[in-house]
Amino acid sequence: MSDALKKDFEALVGKANVMASESERFSYAYDAAVLDPVMPSLIVRPETREALGRVVKLANDNGLPLTVRGSGTNLSGGTIPKLGGLVVLTNALNKILEINEADLYAIVEPGVITAKFAAEVASRGLFYPPDPGSQAVSTIGGNVAENAGGLRGLKYGVTKDYVMGVDFFDVDGEIVKSGSRTVKCVTGLNLHGLMVGSEGTLGVFEKITLKLVPPPLAAKAMMAIFDDVNKASEAVAAIIAAKIVPATLEFMDNFTIRTVEDFAHAGLPVEAQALLLIEVDGHPGQVADEAEKVEAICKKMGAQRIQVAKDAEERNKVWEARRAALSALARVSPTTVLEDATVPRSKIPAMMHALGDIAAKYQLTIGTFGHAGDGNLHPTILTDRRNKDEWRRVEEAIDNIFDVALSLGGTLSGEHGIGIAKSKYMEKETNRATILFSRRLKKALDPKGILNPGKVIGE
Amino acid sequence: MSDMRQLLKLLGELDDQLVSCMRCGMCQAVCPIYGQTGREADVARGKIALLEGLAHELIKNPQGVQDKLTRCLLCGSCAANCPSGVKALDIFLKARTILTGYMGLPPIKKFIFRGLLTKPGLFNNLLGIASKFQGLFTSPANDVIGSSCSKILEPILGERHLMLLAKTSLHKDIPSLDTPAGKSGLKVAFFPGCLVDKIFPRVGHAVLKVLDHHGVGVFMPEGQACCGIPALSSGDRESYEKLVRANLAVFAGGKFDALVTPCATCTSTMKKIWPAMAGGMSASEQAAIRELSAKIMDVNAFVVDKLGLTPPAPAADAVSVTVHDPCHLKKSLGVAAQPRTVLSMNPHYKITEMPAADACCGCGGSFTLTHASISAKIGQQKRDNIKKSGAQVVAMGCPACMLQISDMLSRNGDSISVKHPMEIYADSL
Repeated sequence: MSDALKKDFEALVGKANVMASESERFSYAYDAAVLDPVMPSLIVRPETREALGRVVKLANDNGLPLTVRGSGTNLSGGTIPKLGGLVVLTNALNKILEINEADLYAIVEPGVITAKFAAEVASRGLFYPPDPGSQAVSTIGGNVAENAGGLRGLKYGVTKDYVMGVDFFDVDGEIVKSGSRTVKCVTGLNLHGLMVGSEGTLGVFEKITLKLVPPPLAAKAMMAIFDDVNKASEAVAAIIAAKIVPATLEFMDNFTIRTVEDFAHAGLPVEAQALLLIEVDGHPGQVADEAEKVEAICKKMGAQRIQVAKDAEERNKVWEARRAALSALARVSPTTVLEDATVPRSKIPAMMHALGDIAAKYQLTIGTFGHAGDGNLHPTILTDRRNKDEWRRVEEAIDNIFDVALSLGGTLSGEHGIGIAKSKYMEKETNRATILFSRRLKKALDPKGILNPGKVIGE
Repeated sequence: MSDMRQLLKLLGELDDQLVSCMRCGMCQAVCPIYGQTGREADVARGKIALLEGLAHELIKNPQGVQDKLTRCLLCGSCAANCPSGVKALDIFLKARTILTGYMGLPPIKKFIFRGLLTKPGLFNNLLGIASKFQGLFTSPANDVIGSSCSKILEPILGERHLMLLAKTSLHKDIPSLDTPAGKSGLKVAFFPGCLVDKIFPRVGHAVLKVLDHHGVGVFMPEGQACCGIPALSSGDRESYEKLVRANLAVFAGGKFDALVTPCATCTSTMKKIWPAMAGGMSASEQAAIRELSAKIMDVNAFVVDKLGLTPPAPAADAVSVTVHDPCHLKKSLGVAAQPRTVLSMNPHYKITEMPAADACCGCGGSFTLTHASISAKIGQQKRDNIKKSGAQVVAMGCPACMLQISDMLSRNGDSISVKHPMEIYADSL
């Protein structure tokens, strides 16, 4: 990057908010995906939304590729910059602008941390349900750009279900307004819908309007233990068929159970082939009623044992086991590849079966846990990326996992995004016309191709 | 060493530890420095990525990486909250020694560590003399806290409010001790640590009073040296090993049930870092370290866990005290309940918890001098939380935290006194 251009960025955001040294640039060359780092040429950290808009314009005027980064927790390489490009940090834009308790919405800057926002909303007696695994550090801007999910997706939906509006900068740094503070709004094209899951390729978020809901008054958690994966997934189907939608309905396979038990000594049944961790919430009467029904269904479907949490402490224990799943698996080997291919929930037994075959075929260790209620499993490959032969098998296994998920009518990604890791598979799930349409759309909105190039739809 | 290949080889030996970081970024939620700056190179994930980048020659500038490594309080918040169990502190300490080995120690640090700290006799004498003259350069700032400030030293110390060297250090008052076990049947070795010896001897006296009250024998040998953490955190492995050896010489093989210290950082260093960083020492020294470190305990943990204290109900007019959890006690050693039990032994105090009691105070040893502005910002948050508790006293089991928190409270003009839990207990005896 030329000194003159660097000085122009310094003039926009202040010298202290421009980083150019080798070590600073390298620390923005990666995200949470298992991919090679790519070196940007400059990092800027605007402290005002106005400055953010000017940064976008300056980048576009100079044809400089621009990748927006919140906390860099992306699992598909969505925040890995283009070589020599610009990284724009949003974490100084972290103000909650409004929480409206009467009209049940909030307006936030893109760099607000998800968990901090959810806690602030909770302190006002309201509820923001999306709870991605990285919520302690992830930003709302990143959640919207990736359409982040979480444990509560089955009943409460994912980030897109809470986005009422997005104001964003186009490549000229002009603010485009979309959506409203009202529940109903059909004014204009659904541009905020277009922004959700756009992974930074179509616009740069200026502020986001989010829907809030009243919190459930009561909750009840339980753990159902199965000696057969099929029985567990039949139980999942039967619960839904009984018109009960649990807030969370999580699954752990035998390998994950054993690994969690080794790590956390939570008293999990290590002989079990599958665990379902279930929580129902809502009005106390409804919760008691549904918990009873869920228990009965699990028994009928062949659960060996069901432990219903009697109090908050026992409930916490149930979820501690689930929260420990990724940590426990991650400690087994140096490299942890967390996938999120998703299938219709009736296809979970077939997917589990296929994952077993893939692990055997490629001689890999795969632990699977995840959101059984919505078919979003997380097959987690435990490996060492330094072992070239094994890593090649990992890559082949990942290809295979996607093929199976698609053949079962599923999708490449439930919640982690496409980024650069999965863009090559996009055409398999959709078709050529879809890719071309998406590229034409991008070309029209971003003629110089500066907005997070290479992500989602390739180049 | 100034050979790049040698540097790469040594960094390569860290590879197994580096590769266990899965780049999830959860450390961003807990790192006190990242909380202030929002910069990736300040958080554990960033530093680990930089070390990997350097080891694999993706980046070329070791000085740039070393500069980032020093922007760290070594508080261990990242390691304590790491989903994949990365031993970030081990990595950073080892990396600092490797990079310092490559680039050399700055002259001022060389003088302090190799010329002074590793020579306990000289170090003690020099500070003993300094304690006589420090009044000439300083003036009292806050009576409740007992802090001072200094116009003359401002270029070095900034706007800091100092706790001065005590008129008489602990070792001047009590050069050594060797008393038999009393009614408890237990005997401990006592390691006061530099800060308690020289700045807060009152804490050392309080510990001895409590131990005496419970009939615990005390072995406090002469010739104790610094635990080594200041040298090690500056990457000076040579001085660090010298200090460890000096302490082994006076403690190893001693007949005692536990080695107690009133300093969270000394305890954590001797218990966890000594064994982890013993790789360059002889087999017999490693064995001595293993044996000794198994016996090391925080003094609060010792009196509660080994002596069994039952606190009385607080008096009606009890003064409210809030408790700060030092990083090296809670996050490193899991000691949080015991200091609260210890101070509850004094019925004239009742605990009022502050928000985020286990958030770092921002001291980080020499970090507070080298990165004064970030340190003060983190310290100010701690001060604000102490103030929110409404307590008249703040207690903590770490003299380094006591220095930083005294400084912050004093700068804000607060009338909140700073005490060690053992002082509060000793006052009731």
